[in-house]
Amino acid sequence: MKNFSRRLKQVVWGNESNDKFKKTRYKRIWVSSVLITVIVSISPLLIMTVVNYIQYQRTLKDEIMYPMHRFVSTTKHALEYSLEERKNALIYIVEDKTVEELSDEVRLNTVIKHLDNSFKHYVDLALIDNNGEVLSYVGPYSKKLIGVNYADEKWFNEVQINGVYISDVFLGFRQKPHFVIAVRHVSYKGVPYVLRATINMDILTGQIPQFEKDDSTDAFIINTQGILQTNTRFGKRVLEKSPVPVPERVLTTRVVKMDSPDSGEYILSYAYIVNTPFIFIITRRSPDLMRNWLNLRNWLIGFLLGSIVVIVALTMAISSVLVTRIREADERQDKALHKIEYSSKMASIGRLAAGVAHEINNPLAIINEKAGLMQDLIAGADDFVHKEKFSTLLDSIINSVERCSAITHRLLGFAKHFDVSTQTIDLVLLIKEVLGFLEKEASFRNIQIQTFFQDDLPSIKSDKGQLQQVFLNLLNNSLEAVERGGRVGILVEQREEDSITIVVSDNGPGISENDLDHIFEPFYTTKNKGTGLGLSITYGIIKKLKGKIEVESDKERGTSFTLTLPITAQH
Amino acid sequence: MARMRVLLVDDEEELVSTLEERLALRDIDVEYVLSGDQALNRIKEKDYDIVLLDVMMPGMNGMDVLVNIRRLRPETQIILLTGLSDAKDCENSLKHGAFDYIVKPVRIDTLIQKMHEAMRCGK
Repeated sequence: MKNFSRRLKQVVWGNESNDKFKKTRYKRIWVSSVLITVIVSISPLLIMTVVNYIQYQRTLKDEIMYPMHRFVSTTKHALEYSLEERKNALIYIVEDKTVEELSDEVRLNTVIKHLDNSFKHYVDLALIDNNGEVLSYVGPYSKKLIGVNYADEKWFNEVQINGVYISDVFLGFRQKPHFVIAVRHVSYKGVPYVLRATINMDILTGQIPQFEKDDSTDAFIINTQGILQTNTRFGKRVLEKSPVPVPERVLTTRVVKMDSPDSGEYILSYAYIVNTPFIFIITRRSPDLMRNWLNLRNWLIGFLLGSIVVIVALTMAISSVLVTRIREADERQDKALHKIEYSSKMASIGRLAAGVAHEINNPLAIINEKAGLMQDLIAGADDFVHKEKFSTLLDSIINSVERCSAITHRLLGFAKHFDVSTQTIDLVLLIKEVLGFLEKEASFRNIQIQTFFQDDLPSIKSDKGQLQQVFLNLLNNSLEAVERGGRVGILVEQREEDSITIVVSDNGPGISENDLDHIFEPFYTTKNKGTGLGLSITYGIIKKLKGKIEVESDKERGTSFTLTLPITAQH
Repeated sequence: MARMRVLLVDDEEELVSTLEERLALRDIDVEYVLSGDQALNRIKEKDYDIVLLDVMMPGMNGMDVLVNIRRLRPETQIILLTGLSDAKDCENSLKHGAFDYIVKPVRIDTLIQKMHEAMRCGK
């Protein structure tokens, strides 16, 4: 991985350690491109995931809580209705029957029979006077209850105050869970008394919904003291302590999320049954109902992480490709700029050279004529003592003038704005002609000239005289470069449809890297007696002819110049 | 053979005076002037076999002088002297009837040889 990233960096940011500025620049482009793309593409994904997460959580909660709320509400109403019904039946009886009628156990027995037929679940009825004495009783425990005094009982006191009383569930003598409803009435004679009915628990349990298929749900009733009023589904018996704490008293149905150390998270839905001590409760354990939610959450997180990895990887790859392209384009541009700079440098040097050459030619001509005149005069003066000496000196002056003149002529040649005279040229023939000039020197120094000419080369349209000059310059340089017994090669072939390539190579000592940058500049020479103009003239001519010239050099293999000349004239 | 009559035209007096002296030593009837105007005036008065004419001169330049001389004295041969920067002009001058052009500096022998050639051609 480390290796891979290093290689990636090399490919993208380039390998040149010297070009530190550029390297950091590409690195910055890469980093900012990756960052921006990743942020732009990941942010909506993150936002969507979070929104989804919250929305789903909410929906899921509603889905769980709403049915519980509905169940509890329905059951609450059913329970309230049943209890209200029983209570109202008692109120009707005390208002309808006189205390004397109710004191008659035969009559009372008829009453309870009618009650049980109409409303069910009545176990017994007792008529109790203001002092708590049982006046009459019908039910399964008549013997035990006659003569019992309830004056000190809490429920009796409450019914005296409130007029109506519904008790908690208790076992009583029969050891069967039941509860009582008691109503107080004042007879037409002004005597207060209480009618008490014992109600079977079935009235409560019958109203509780069953969740046979749902293992996590339980429904039961507790009282305000936290005592179970019905059995729970999971083993708790009536009158045991409630498995849930007594919830806060509210008038409506409420659903809350609870957490207990024993059973973990669960949802508690409850409602207080109005005017009774009962609280109806449904519980649902969380892990079960949250399983779907957890699955979804894991899937969401997995998807998110996967997406991020893919996005980051893709972004890095794309950015790498882009930055590489940018770098390559920059390099191409740099090269092009360098070429343009070079051309304009050459042009200005050329103009300068031409100006200098022209200005120098006149004084040179004067020196030449003055020296010539002196020679003329000496030639006629037979009595001049230093005649011989002067003659030699003047010859030397004139020779030097000629050397200067040769240089200025070449300089002017370099800068010359010549008209290209286009003609059809057989390059091979032309090169053979040029080689003809050089054969003598080559054979004298035992230099082997190898030629490779591609067959069926098309003839080109160009300037013959200028090309002769070019090949003469290049071949001369090659011949000068190689040692005795060296090799010079010329290759002519068509590599591209619209141009011909000529390679002039030698196995000489090569050109140093430093010199290689300057060889086309005027006056730049590495030879002892060179003017430094041959290659710059060559360069100028090739440019004029719309060709290209490139040089490669290696200490081991020597130097090769590659020329590309257009087949058709392009000026 | 009659002496060759030659007129030198060049703004560089140092050069032209020396050259005059050298040609005179070689038995040539030679005179010099320093501008194109002077040259034309002289040519109107006198007939020359050959005019050696500098191309780059202040005032009337060599090419104009050449054209005028050809009109005045079509039989006079004209050889141009040049510093070569205007090789194109020189080539042009041949079209306008100059005999040849010579690049400065030049050996006296070469110059005289060229003048003889011109003379032969003129006759």
